[in-house]
Amino acid sequence: MSEPTQKSLGGWARDVSESARSLWEGMSVTLSYMFKKPITTQYPDRMPLPVVHTLPTRYRGFLEVDMDTCTACQACERACPIDVINIDLIRGDGVTTPKTAMERFDIDIGKCMFCGLCVEPCPTGSIQHTREFEGAAMAFDNLTLRFVPDPAKPYPAYKPPKGADAYPRKPLGEIVRKLIREWDAPAPAFPQRDGQTPRPGPAEVSHVPR
Amino acid sequence: MSAAATAISLSLSTIAKTSNPRSPEQLVDGLLRARGIEASSPLSTLAMVAALLAIAFIVVNCAAIAAGIFSWLERRIAARMQSRVGPNRVGPAGFFQWIADAVKLLLKEDLIPEGANVHLFRAAPYFMMVGFACTFVALPFSHALIAADLGVGVFYLLAVTAFVVVGVLASGWSSNSKWSLFGSIRSAAQIVSYEIPAGMALLVPVLLAGTLSTQGIIRAQGGWPWQWFVFHDPAALAAFFIYFISALAEGNRAPFDLPEAESELVAGYNTEYSGMRFSYFFLVEWGNMWVMSALATSVFLGGWQLPGLDAARFDALTGGAAIGLEIVSLALFALKTMSLVFVIMWLRWTLPRLRVDQLMSLCWKYLVPVSFAGALFVAGWMLVVRAAPVLDLLMRGALTALGALVVTLFVRRTLSNVRDVGDRLDVRGNW
Ligand code: SF4
Ligand code: SF4
Repeated sequence: MSEPTQKSLGGWARDVSESARSLWEGMSVTLSYMFKKPITTQYPDRMPLPVVHTLPTRYRGFLEVDMDTCTACQACERACPIDVINIDLIRGDGVTTPKTAMERFDIDIGKCMFCGLCVEPCPTGSIQHTREFEGAAMAFDNLTLRFVPDPAKPYPAYKPPKGADAYPRKPLGEIVRKLIREWDAPAPAFPQRDGQTPRPGPAEVSHVPR
Repeated sequence: MSAAATAISLSLSTIAKTSNPRSPEQLVDGLLRARGIEASSPLSTLAMVAALLAIAFIVVNCAAIAAGIFSWLERRIAARMQSRVGPNRVGPAGFFQWIADAVKLLLKEDLIPEGANVHLFRAAPYFMMVGFACTFVALPFSHALIAADLGVGVFYLLAVTAFVVVGVLASGWSSNSKWSLFGSIRSAAQIVSYEIPAGMALLVPVLLAGTLSTQGIIRAQGGWPWQWFVFHDPAALAAFFIYFISALAEGNRAPFDLPEAESELVAGYNTEYSGMRFSYFFLVEWGNMWVMSALATSVFLGGWQLPGLDAARFDALTGGAAIGLEIVSLALFALKTMSLVFVIMWLRWTLPRLRVDQLMSLCWKYLVPVSFAGALFVAGWMLVVRAAPVLDLLMRGALTALGALVVTLFVRRTLSNVRDVGDRLDVRGNW
């Protein structure tokens, strides 16, 4: 792409007039954009509607389990293709302790791909997608939602009444919103090796005063 | 040629005569005299030095604050032109963003790369700052507000703006980085080349006013558009555009921002800088917009002249009216300058960057010949006008009408650009 070194006066004038014309058009276009409304959506706080209200009706947000209606059938655990759900059961004698109880019901939201396969087989509608999707965690481990907070206090399995086709359920999202609030907690310390002092987790490091 | 010579000698003879009665020195002197302190006493020298330091402090700070505000303004304008919002969280409409950024930059570590020439690397930003701050000495702000109305004002301004190139070269060379070096060498080539059309274009108002003093050139114009030098004759109009383009190139502004072309040179001559020193480079870049716009306003757009009030009557005013009109003239000057600053920002978000060869061909094949021809034409035209003053009026009227027509057509084109895509004007939405 080499331009001719010699230019006729006509070509010279044409260059000037072409530049002027393209300036005219170009500047008019940019100016017109300046006087239009920016298309930016100022998420999350400066919006005409809160985002939750603009989500589609069958939006798949964080999973939530209502432990009061969970039958401990583990159908969801089996359905999950990537082993996101972990349920640990303990058996009791049925007299002093419940026959079946759940020691652990963990859903690793950091791994979940929100496919919804776990929701399908649930007999009571205990596991559901909520409309919650916002959250920030100080550590990756915090992303695991623990629906049995304390393994020492296992949850007894729910016995659905005979012939029932609807089950009582807490309002969707209530449980998971409480759990998300704990995401801000500092990360647990890294596992200790023999003869070493425990190192602080990454979240704690950022709070160390210099 | 003889026409030009006559006109130049005519101008030179008037340079000697122009003097401005209102300078800060005389103000301080008057204050001292009012208290019975003679100019010969040592106290007077002390007061004079203190006053000069105070003026320097005010001027440098004004420059820095203006640059900071422009950084915010540019980001807001750029954002809207790209259908974005821009920084809008710190303070009303994000106005305090520049303070937040300044604080952030001041707190950052000041890194010096290994193998850099330490002293030169440290000193380079100050070269830039000095060259930039010095321009504010001769730049007028209003009828009486000017740090020093130098007899060689325009010449001085051209000289000190070129001083920035020392800082650019020093920073690029001392960084020991190929990107910095390329950036600074491009910048030097650019500034040296564009000095010529800029100087020739500024010669046109100097010829017309017969003085190099910035205040003197403003005084030679009037408040109404047809009294401005830009509409004096076609060559002056061309000179205005040539000066504007050259000043863009000298200030390394888009579309001539080759020295800091991100896609090729990372950030050009300031690649290796961080923290406070880095912020100086940006201070200078944004502050330069004010400098070039203020100079263009002064010499081509009538400066602070108020419509319907000529400079001599302005001088004679006293008391409240004088102060009130002083503020109005300050506002008018700022308004004109800000409009030009806006055009600079607007151009940056409209035009793509030029190639180096295009940059040079624009300068040497287009701007230089036209600026020389323009200076000659103006000299001839001044002689024609002296013989037939009515031609002057006709030409100014025609050019002002042409200017108004172009602006009207442009506004209509822009409005139709908005409406043709089914949109509507909305300036307030989504701040
Ligand atoms: S949504 Fe899909 S990935 Fe997530 S837990 Fe359910 S089955 Fe597993
Ligand atoms: S959540 Fe539903 S599917 Fe999963 S164990 Fe409980 S009852 Fe079964």
